[in-house]
Amino acid sequence: MGLLEIISEAVGTLVINKMRTGLAVLGIIIGISSVIALISLGQGSQQAVQNQIQSLGSNLLTVNPRGQSSGPVQAAGGSGTTLSLDDAKAIEDADQLTTVESVSPEYSGRAQVTAGRNNSNTQITGVYPQYATIRKINVQSGAFITQRDVDAIAKVAVIGPQAAADLFGEGVNPIGQNIRINSQTLRIIGLTQEKGGSGFNNPDNAIYVPLSTAQKQLFGASHLTSIAVEAISPDVMTQIQNEIGYFLLSQHKLTDPADADFTIFSQNDILNTASQITSTFTSLLGGIAAISLLVGGIGIMNIMLVTVTERTREVGLRKALGARKKLIIEQFLAEAILLTLAGGFIGMIAGIAISYILSNLINFPFVIAPTSIALAIGVSGAIGVIFGWYPARKASNLQPIEALRYE
Amino acid sequence: MINLSHISKIYKTGTVETAAVSDVSFEIKKGEFVAIMGPSGSGKSTLMHIIGALDLPTSGKYVLDGEDIQDLSDDELADIRNKKIGFIFQAFNLLPRTTALKNVMLPMAFAGIPKEERLRIAKRHLEQVGLADRINHTSAQLSGGQQQRVAIARALSMNPSILLADEPTGNIASVQAQEIMEIFQDLNDKNHTVVMITHEADIANHAKRTITVKDGRIVDDRKNLKQKRANHKNN
Repeated sequence: MGLLEIISEAVGTLVINKMRTGLAVLGIIIGISSVIALISLGQGSQQAVQNQIQSLGSNLLTVNPRGQSSGPVQAAGGSGTTLSLDDAKAIEDADQLTTVESVSPEYSGRAQVTAGRNNSNTQITGVYPQYATIRKINVQSGAFITQRDVDAIAKVAVIGPQAAADLFGEGVNPIGQNIRINSQTLRIIGLTQEKGGSGFNNPDNAIYVPLSTAQKQLFGASHLTSIAVEAISPDVMTQIQNEIGYFLLSQHKLTDPADADFTIFSQNDILNTASQITSTFTSLLGGIAAISLLVGGIGIMNIMLVTVTERTREVGLRKALGARKKLIIEQFLAEAILLTLAGGFIGMIAGIAISYILSNLINFPFVIAPTSIALAIGVSGAIGVIFGWYPARKASNLQPIEALRYE
Repeated sequence: MINLSHISKIYKTGTVETAAVSDVSFEIKKGEFVAIMGPSGSGKSTLMHIIGALDLPTSGKYVLDGEDIQDLSDDELADIRNKKIGFIFQAFNLLPRTTALKNVMLPMAFAGIPKEERLRIAKRHLEQVGLADRINHTSAQLSGGQQQRVAIARALSMNPSILLADEPTGNIASVQAQEIMEIFQDLNDKNHTVVMITHEADIANHAKRTITVKDGRIVDDRKNLKQKRANHKNN
């Protein structure tokens, strides 16, 4: 009996028992579609996180002072005072650092800000004009901090939309208004565009002032809390990270990288970490879905075992008429594999549809990996073989007389 | 053709041994029409299973068409049943929801005969048993006698050395039983070997030779001097 004939006979048997076939396939459909939908969801969220991080600047490198350590105790990163404006200028001016596009020296601190009766604890960042381009901050009205403001230690500030709303109320134009920070009065000269974000580094809830003003007038500090370096392209991130590392080591007259009093990390590092987290998440979701797939497979086995018992007479007759064991195995295996493949195919379509709807609902990118398609087909076929094998063997081992006598 | 010598079949239930067939020897030659007679429990069914290579004897030697049946594997026995024996069962045992044509083609499919040839042979045999106009009927659409005739066409499909019928008329009306006997005698006239198991003396009278079994032993083996010819049209 040829393969085609075995398959067409199996199709015939499955069509005759529509209800049972449908129920058996349902388990696989649910399993495969949930695997595909959940993996797609995981990958969509991964993509969403990556897009968000990349919107912060994919060719950005941040140098922070290393927290001072005394014995085994290490202070928090960024709390050190080892970075200076000179370091930033040296990086910008160094001829050997050919991949540096621009450098932004920064001093950040939190302070109580008051405007009239309102006050708010806000992140104050002392910046150079480059900050806006490097950190992708756009001004929706007014202007950003200029070099002249920095040179003049001008008492001016650019405010984020959320901070402006907190201090002046929703919808009020803050430009020209005064705020007080650490008993200094600053005039608002610009309002940034909303960027989205949350937590302590929310750019919408920040106030930007000239670096010189922040250091000398507001916080009385001479060091930097960070230096942001923009590379000419995202491809040179690893190279530039190493080059700046060695450059700063020599700048600080250090030889052993282990002694470095600063740390450098790139958006890539964050990206990688975030990717790792989301891919763990994806595997977790996939794992849960795989369990439902397993249950579906056991369902197939159950149905096939029932089929074998129910068709004992038929199997006995086939053996009496001269069907070899192999043929009986092939017949039952073909049915099981057809069941699971059909389930896999329908499940695949359902899974893609579900992930398309979900990704539209929660605004994730719609991602279907070819691997999850291959997985659906491969796994469902494999389930057919694995869970169909035992019932098929059981059928082939029936003794023809026993089987013929069976009522 | 069929040669049984000192065949015994012993069933064990716990410590109790029951001999369903004990020390049976006989020979059936090509072209014979033999009825194996006996009351129920006489061992005639066990004997038929052994002759049909559905079961192996506990001891003794069985040679079918020059082939020694003992010590064959499951698959080798399947091939023997497929090529040398045409089975006709009391309960017809056709595949449900399957057409007469497909039922007749089944043993040929197991033998790997190409589909066109299977179709041609199956149609010819269905014609031979008078069912040319019923080839696409399923068993539910056929009478008992018609179903048994499909089963005979199926048994003939592989052109076996013997036709082995187990109570072939047990489940059908007597007029149709006459039809079946007529087909058997017709086939036998064309030099087919027919072995038929029955407990009805009237049916056994249609054979040329009757072997009577009782308690697992042969008690009588004789030629039917007056073979009863079946002719249902005259009944």
